[in-house]
Amino acid sequence: MMSGYMEIALITIVGILFPVIAFVASWLLRPSHPNDEKFTIYECGEIALGGDSRKNIGIQFYLFALIFVIFDVEAIFLYPWAVSFGGLGAFAFIEMMIFIGVLVAGYAYAWKIGALEWVGDA
Amino acid sequence: MSDIRKVVEIPINMGPAHPATHGVLRLRLKLEGEIVREVDPVIGYLHRGIEKLAESLTYPQFIPYTDRLDYAGSMLNNLGYVKAVEELLGIEVPERAEYLRVMTTELSRIASHLVWLSAWGLDLGAMAPFFYCFREREEILNIFEMLCGARITFSYMRIGGVSKDMPEGFADRLQNFLDIFPEKLSEYETILTENEIFLARTVGVGILPKEDAIDYGVTGPIARASGLEYDTRKIEPYSIYDRFDFRIPVEHGCDVYSRYLIRVEEMKQSMKIVQQALDKIPEGEIMAKVPKKIKPEPGRVYSRVEGSKGELGFLIISDGSDKPYRLRIRSPAYSNVAALPVMCENAKIADVVATVGSLDICLGEMDR
Amino acid sequence: MTTTMYDSLVGILSQLGVYQILSGFLPEIVIRIMLVLAIAGVVATVASLILAYLTWLERKVLSDIQQRIGPMRTGPHGLLQPIADGIKLLVKEDVHPKTIDKWVFLLAPIVMFVPVVVVLAVIPFGKTLVMTDLSVGIVFLLAVSSLPTLGIIMASWAQNNKYAVLAGLRRAAEIISYEISMVLAAIGVVLLAGTLSLPGIVEAQTGLPYIILQPLGFLIFFIGLLADLGRIPFDFQESESELVAGYTTEYSGMKFSFFFLAEYLELFVAGGILTTLYLGGWNGPFLPSWLWFAIKTFIVIWVILWIRATLPRVRIDQLLDIGWKWLLPLALLNIAITGGVLAVM
Repeated sequence: MMSGYMEIALITIVGILFPVIAFVASWLLRPSHPNDEKFTIYECGEIALGGDSRKNIGIQFYLFALIFVIFDVEAIFLYPWAVSFGGLGAFAFIEMMIFIGVLVAGYAYAWKIGALEWVGDA
Repeated sequence: MSDIRKVVEIPINMGPAHPATHGVLRLRLKLEGEIVREVDPVIGYLHRGIEKLAESLTYPQFIPYTDRLDYAGSMLNNLGYVKAVEELLGIEVPERAEYLRVMTTELSRIASHLVWLSAWGLDLGAMAPFFYCFREREEILNIFEMLCGARITFSYMRIGGVSKDMPEGFADRLQNFLDIFPEKLSEYETILTENEIFLARTVGVGILPKEDAIDYGVTGPIARASGLEYDTRKIEPYSIYDRFDFRIPVEHGCDVYSRYLIRVEEMKQSMKIVQQALDKIPEGEIMAKVPKKIKPEPGRVYSRVEGSKGELGFLIISDGSDKPYRLRIRSPAYSNVAALPVMCENAKIADVVATVGSLDICLGEMDR
Repeated sequence: MTTTMYDSLVGILSQLGVYQILSGFLPEIVIRIMLVLAIAGVVATVASLILAYLTWLERKVLSDIQQRIGPMRTGPHGLLQPIADGIKLLVKEDVHPKTIDKWVFLLAPIVMFVPVVVVLAVIPFGKTLVMTDLSVGIVFLLAVSSLPTLGIIMASWAQNNKYAVLAGLRRAAEIISYEISMVLAAIGVVLLAGTLSLPGIVEAQTGLPYIILQPLGFLIFFIGLLADLGRIPFDFQESESELVAGYTTEYSGMKFSFFFLAEYLELFVAGGILTTLYLGGWNGPFLPSWLWFAIKTFIVIWVILWIRATLPRVRIDQLLDIGWKWLLPLALLNIAITGGVLAVM
């Protein structure tokens, strides 16, 4: 059942080795002349305003992210249905259309109440 | 620890070293996520004290400095300055020189608008127009090089005329350019005006209402895009502009798209003017009789021309010596950028970039 | 069962008699690990060479469209340019601010690079040129190929730079808008093929590539892919005229170059995915199968570069609008039509 995953594991190792080797090689080869100016944050050549950047930034697409989770789960449910569709026929089709229909109703509701709008436009 | 549910406004510097600020303009933004709540332009990073320098230079010596104001359209600055000094001296410029001046300044306007179009395309993420526009600008620079040997900083104009007459083959080359340019211009329009994404990014963005445009002293293509029919060439025809048939395009969209339409149309009108000037140029002198040592009577003069960015004015106060007592430049970009906070109210970052690009600022002229 | 690269290699080694010698003193599982590791190394290396030359190709294609000549100095037609770039990045000083989150900063390029390499394992490059034939191939492919986003968001948060943070948020908005439409569009392919295995999907397209049967699905998938790649018109992770260098603002040297490499490898992988799902994969007459795959992949890449050279960038709210108000309903419609037609037939 789990056949074919050894290749995945091994290529993952190869994939990790690539950057690790390159980082080590670069660390051995590259010059290092640090000074205070080099340690500053880039903000277009001026001293960064307002200090730390990790603040409560307004995420105007927050509601989109919630709807995303719902639809991503739906998409995963659709795959087993799609792959065995040939053997199930019209009944499976109607069944899945009802499933999608329920989600579309929710989607239409979300659209109507303005969840699919960019938040914060004055 | 502050309330984690409260969104904070984040101050951020956009510029002076930012790809979209066309030089060293600095914008202090206050961001709420992607939305810009406050824009505060900070200028002066390219200040060279040109106005003060003028006080220690004789009148002719200052001409090369005007090239360094708006380096995208230097001919216009040349004209603005020499015209002011001529008015101070009361000199009549010969016919042929006037025609050459009109031709070169209008070509300079086209070159400047081409630089603007290409850079603005980059601001919006469209790379292709950049190289196409520079290809045509290159030909204009070649024509200028033929005329005066320089490509950017011409110092072509002189007090009382121009420095060089048309060389052999110049008229043909110019005519050739005028023949091919309309075709190229329609290429740019195809790649931009008919592009859905371009329209979505520009229509209704960076609105500057007509009243605000007047209040802020906005001139040039931006004022005309806000429905203001204001062009120095028409309201106060200087040089020989009253002899040519051209129109001043006006749009009422007040947005960055209107500014784009205005500039494209202006290129076409400028071309029309150059064509008429080339057809009608008379034979004759290119320099008026000007005294060796220029010493205007004490007095003051304010003279303006229509630069590629708006009304470019020179105020000269003379104390009777061979150097100006005071020289002040009315820079169009300076007034235009002051209206930026109005245009960028609650815009998104991408809109701010599109709007700043649409202003066609030139820091050399703004900071002086 | 599809012949994989491992099977082919074992076949060749057996003919040469090497396999028999090896199995004389090594257990089978050790030989298998060794051989697969060698294959993985070769695949990753070849892919790295291809992506190095993709950077060259991109510069040449763009310069051609923009009436320039592009790199010409290093080697004939600048062919050695990628190598020169590589050396330059290797010996470049690593400059970063003091206030970074050190470990996240270091891990981000690796997190972005590794998934793209892993995807290579499931793409069928030719009739027998596939590393592994997973029974859930397409789900694995779509899942793993969206992982690099994690690296981008890690990087943007680790740098303590406002431009980078904005780029990371934009990237998040991008991925939640286009991921679903892509996944839903691919269901049309699964419905037609009746299998999740990628070599199976390619087999099913013998004679008729799915771009003809699934034009709408192809379009949605292609637009989603552009967003996934972060290419113009959806290059929000970078958007250089707005966010300077986007999520790589504070990166330099080798760490930067792994973001860069990952992006180009993604470009190649994207070409491969589109070829496999919609353009019939390695199917084609006369020429060897791997050559067909290469031709189709490079056509896709060329089109992506062409789009980059032509279009402006959309704005972030427009991006969400396109994703949620156009692509998602269309993707659902595509499933309904495909399923309906299949059910009736």
